[in-house]
Amino acid sequence: MTAPAPPSPAPPRARSERFGETALAWGFLAPSLAVFALFLVYPLGRTVYLSLHGNDIIGRPDRFVGLGHFAEMASPEFGQVLLTTLLFTAGTVVPGVAGALAVVLLLEGVIRGQRLLRGAFALPFAFSVASASVVFTVFYSPGNGVLNGILYRLGLDQVPWLTSQEMALWSVCITTVWMNLGYGVLVLAAGIGSIPREVNEAARIDGATGVRLARHVTVPLLGPQLFFLVVISTINALQSFGQIHILTRGGPVGSTTTLVYSIFEDAFAYSTSDFGRASAQALVLLLVVLVCTAVQFGVIERKVHYA
Amino acid sequence: MSTTAEAPRRRIRPGQVLGRAGAHLLLALLLVPVLFPVYYAFAGALMAPHELSRFPAQLVPTGLHTDNIRGALEAVPLVRMYANSLTMAGVITAAQLMTSALAAYAFVFLRFRGSAVVFALFLSTLMVPGEATFIPNYLTISAWGLADTFAGLVLPFLAYAFGTFLLRQSFRQFPRELYDAARMDGMGHLRFLWTILLPLSRPSLLAVGVYVFITSWNMYFWPLIITRSTEMQTLQIGLNSLKTGESTDPGLLLAGAALSVLPTLALVILGQRFIVRGLTAGAVK
Repeated sequence: MTAPAPPSPAPPRARSERFGETALAWGFLAPSLAVFALFLVYPLGRTVYLSLHGNDIIGRPDRFVGLGHFAEMASPEFGQVLLTTLLFTAGTVVPGVAGALAVVLLLEGVIRGQRLLRGAFALPFAFSVASASVVFTVFYSPGNGVLNGILYRLGLDQVPWLTSQEMALWSVCITTVWMNLGYGVLVLAAGIGSIPREVNEAARIDGATGVRLARHVTVPLLGPQLFFLVVISTINALQSFGQIHILTRGGPVGSTTTLVYSIFEDAFAYSTSDFGRASAQALVLLLVVLVCTAVQFGVIERKVHYA
Repeated sequence: MSTTAEAPRRRIRPGQVLGRAGAHLLLALLLVPVLFPVYYAFAGALMAPHELSRFPAQLVPTGLHTDNIRGALEAVPLVRMYANSLTMAGVITAAQLMTSALAAYAFVFLRFRGSAVVFALFLSTLMVPGEATFIPNYLTISAWGLADTFAGLVLPFLAYAFGTFLLRQSFRQFPRELYDAARMDGMGHLRFLWTILLPLSRPSLLAVGVYVFITSWNMYFWPLIITRSTEMQTLQIGLNSLKTGESTDPGLLLAGAALSVLPTLALVILGQRFIVRGLTAGAVK
């Protein structure tokens, strides 16, 4: 982060003016602070409270259970949820970042129409989670699905995109990678744009072109952006919800139930609500996201040099 | 781009030509799966229903048919949902620009005790995923009787530290002498903010505004749990209803997706500059 603004040479000021400035500052901060207090700080406290309590069938806390909800998590069912979350995260972050990197590196070799092509790769970014998921519902449909139609025309076997427990999670991953690729391309392209032109020229004079230029010059210099992209994609993957809700509803047989979807199921999916259990899982999610963010800040402080 | 400008002047080895051709070929191969869903959302929306329901489905429409679009508009009140989404995203964007600009002003131009601590607190709010607060927020909004209302949709999102952070960066670039001169002339803080600072910070305001608008336009989890009636649902939730309605007619789904994506598609094509600034602010300095 950045250092606070350098103090301007301040003229000696009257006490009342200083007080006025302080009052004004708090006045300016008040709207933001009010929203944070009501909808962020208080909810965190209440989530902790709920996570320590059992509840009736509509979610009203009715008994203290201590760490009971957390102890329940040591079950094979919750282990499956965590494994699914991990697989989903890996299955979206790795191909997403690798794909975006491949696209921007290949774009470097394009002389004419580079901007236009980059814009084309960014187009899916316009799709919301819901609109992308709805399009892929049509693609994956088991009866007259578009993708199976294409496979059929090519004489290939049909794929049980969303109907098999083995395949469904990867199908949701494909949709997610498609949606997020444009963002990765924009981030990495901005990074390439910030590499000083002399660096590339020097490398070229030394005879580095194509793959060697990419491997020894461009990719190392993209370090900060790649790292940022990995962290942001991980946090996004951990929070993914809409595509699972629309494409699979967590199924078949729970094979696409990630942590966030599990929270939704316990709290909101049915006429009964288990806010206690859901809150305990929400705290696990919070912890995982905080660790990711801490790693991000820690590494950026230590290793990555912007300048 | 800078690297390629002088390329033609150098001696080009055959290997390079091959490499360049290979790069183009690979790009073309990658572009097909990236663009196909975009194309098909619109192509499918304009197909005749029977062209989509047959197997294998038609890939190119034989003519322009509006049956799917009319069907989608009849199946769910898409126009109403459009208006809901627009209002929700518009109110959230305007509110966040206001709350962020005020807070950023306090951090940059006003000196007060605890400024650094409060700023750290602002930044730390960015680490909390919304999903960790949705249950209590749902309970709060319901207790206030605001479930299934506009107020309930927007209230938790009227302030967000990301905008404050970005505008603070931008305000810090503002020439200090101009500020001092305005203050010397006896200009009040609010007037300075409104008549001088904000007009001169338009690019940053646009970057924040576009970013906030797209993210709130795309919101899914919160509108899903806080709205109940079809009249209050946003477009994103409406798309899900198109699927869970009696028929999962592919034509209706594609027409709904194509209609819903038009505003953001326009923003991505016309305002990419601002989107890049807003979205990559954390990545590139």
